[in-house]
Amino acid sequence: MRATAADRVQSTNPTVISIAAWLVPGAGHLWQGRRQKGAVFLIAIPLMFAIGLWLDGRLFPFEPSQPLVALAAFASVGNGLPYFLAAALGLGKGIVTSATYDYGNTFLIVAGLLNMLVALDAYDIALGRKG
Amino acid sequence: MTSHLGLMVVFSVFVSVIFAVLMRDEPRDQLKLGARLLGSFVGVALVLAWLIYPLPL
Repeated sequence: MRATAADRVQSTNPTVISIAAWLVPGAGHLWQGRRQKGAVFLIAIPLMFAIGLWLDGRLFPFEPSQPLVALAAFASVGNGLPYFLAAALGLGKGIVTSATYDYGNTFLIVAGLLNMLVALDAYDIALGRKG
Repeated sequence: MTSHLGLMVVFSVFVSVIFAVLMRDEPRDQLKLGARLLGSFVGVALVLAWLIYPLPL
């Protein structure tokens, strides 16, 4: 007897689903057949991240001596692959003198936090806590 | 588009859309919650801006 797509998803480790959801925004929902939700997250979160970069926001480094900067870095990493891609391309240096610098930071940080929330939701769905 | 008001509205649209899609399953419910969140974000921001306008910041 062949396994259906739903069976295959159910047999997948929820942790693997949540890591995929973190790396690619919306991937966890798409994987579990929630196409509408997944598509919205796949477009909205990277777009929000891109706007943050366009507004001269900064991808903060992990600085243990500065707890608030470390928290901002943690939130930015929440964006998953877009964060690593932008860092590899040398984007997100942040222009402090730019009028939109703080707005850019806000977009980058909040996009990361929202993606973490989306990944947690995908984890809950995988565990069967949500219908 | 890079005005304070414009950016605040764009930010509110993104947060409202993501929260609405996350918290509701039916498109109609998502639309309702999204509109309510967006209205609340923008409305509260305008009221706060109006309240702090006289302060010497």
